[in-house]
Amino acid sequence: MELNAFIIFIAAIFTSNILLTNFLGMCSFLSVSREVESSLGLGLAVFFVLTFTTAINYLVYHFILIPLNIIFLQYIIFIIIIAAFVQLTEMVIERFSPVLYYTLGIFLPLITVNCAILGVSLFMVIRQYDFLQSVLFGAGSGIGWLLAILALAGIRQRVRYNFVPIGLQRAGLSLIITGLMALGFIGFSGIVVIQ
Amino acid sequence: MLISIVYTILIFSAISGILAFLLVIADLLFANYGECTININNKKELKVKGGSSLLDLLNENKIYLASACGGRGSCGFCKCNVISGGGPLLPTEKPFLNPEETKENMRLACQIKVKEDIKIKIPEDIFNVKKYKAEVKEIVDLTYDIKELTLKLIEPDSIDFKAGQYVQFVAPPYEKSKQAVSRAYSISSSPDNNDHIQLIIRLVPDGICTTYVFEYLKVGDKVDFTGPFGDFFIRDTKADMLFVAGGSGKAPIKSMVEYLFKRNSNRRMVYMFGARVRKDLYYVDYFKEFEKKLPDFTFVPVLSQPTEECEWKGKCGYIPPFFPEYIKDPSKTEAYLCGSPGMIAAVVKGLKENGVPEDKIYYDSFA
Repeated sequence: MELNAFIIFIAAIFTSNILLTNFLGMCSFLSVSREVESSLGLGLAVFFVLTFTTAINYLVYHFILIPLNIIFLQYIIFIIIIAAFVQLTEMVIERFSPVLYYTLGIFLPLITVNCAILGVSLFMVIRQYDFLQSVLFGAGSGIGWLLAILALAGIRQRVRYNFVPIGLQRAGLSLIITGLMALGFIGFSGIVVIQ
Repeated sequence: MLISIVYTILIFSAISGILAFLLVIADLLFANYGECTININNKKELKVKGGSSLLDLLNENKIYLASACGGRGSCGFCKCNVISGGGPLLPTEKPFLNPEETKENMRLACQIKVKEDIKIKIPEDIFNVKKYKAEVKEIVDLTYDIKELTLKLIEPDSIDFKAGQYVQFVAPPYEKSKQAVSRAYSISSSPDNNDHIQLIIRLVPDGICTTYVFEYLKVGDKVDFTGPFGDFFIRDTKADMLFVAGGSGKAPIKSMVEYLFKRNSNRRMVYMFGARVRKDLYYVDYFKEFEKKLPDFTFVPVLSQPTEECEWKGKCGYIPPFFPEYIKDPSKTEAYLCGSPGMIAAVVKGLKENGVPEDKIYYDSFA
């Protein structure tokens, strides 16, 4: 079924949220969601990196890996491209915008190894998206990830002073909250299916 | 099969190579901050290549801020006052700075990247700090767990320091430690001998540097150290002096007493040395001699746990209860302390209770 790129974009945000339906990118999701402010910085960094690396990886896949017949190298090539891109972006931001560097730049090294980033590039290949679909899928997934971490940070701030049994504090409670959020997002899932 | 393996490796290397090349270019274009100047105390200007940490750039120019971790932001020794050009305070520095220091713009030199002209203020003494190469001349066992090292200076061949100051001794990488570490030790020899220094080092169980000294270092080995550091030195007044030391803390006091002896000082001096048992004592006769050689010097060893069989005839217990006996006029007494943090805290408390003003109690805060 040929899907409209815009539908993929919306679906990536809500119905197939990369974090809440695929549970990708959990480590930074759990560790940097203590405060809304820092999770906003991290979320924006993920959005930015996802959009661009998906585009670059699309081009690399279709114009280098397929013609040269080395598709089996896609995992490792995608990873080094993501790493190089993040490194490059960090240098540029540090040079030209100190303000942006202190709000967003310091999170960049954290997401080099974020599985959501690699996951989106791999889904793009598996689902055979074209270029526009891929970019919008990347951007949508980024926004979806941002939305999810903001929601979790908001909830965690809200329940910070509530009584929580010792065994469930911190990660335990966060995972339960994430599970409930994922249940909530399942409510959207009948609307559009992209996988 | 073989061809496709070679082919794959070639393509993979080409892609990695191109990316690495891009990063190198970007590093030159974006991480190159051109020439910056470091203005120190409004006295000295250094022209440096921007992009590295302030600590590294100062080191390259032979200005050695104290640093025990080698710039990884874990010891907090390399504090300096940044007047302008250091950028905002980083999250990595916050744990090492108290609110007062934050207000005064104290920063960790190892965390600041020099990207523009920067103006800093450091203690004048640090200009005097150099990196020394020395040869181990002698290793003497003072007790079962304390050794005295004699280091003959090679390059530079003389050192200028104040009695009581310390150096950072570098233990090179060895079996138990993959990287070089440096630790602070007070100089125990007198500043009048400027071609060698002595250090008194007590074995710390599993300590990286002390294990190196105790198990690996041999006479004839070459070692490195930087120094001198610290503002623990004799105040030039006429006040009475009370020295209190424990463990390997005899080192700076020995240097001070030898220095005062050479100048035939007639200040009233009392030296109280605390140890646990008799086998922890060393240099006892050496200091007893000074009671004859100096006009007014008393040496008081105190054992906290004298064992019955050794029939200790000296003082027993902890040091502070003996203060009233030895302090004549607390307001005219300067106290010089050296020992473990726990001992220092107890002694400072005892001195204050006996009326010694806090600003006349001197000690190094390392150890």
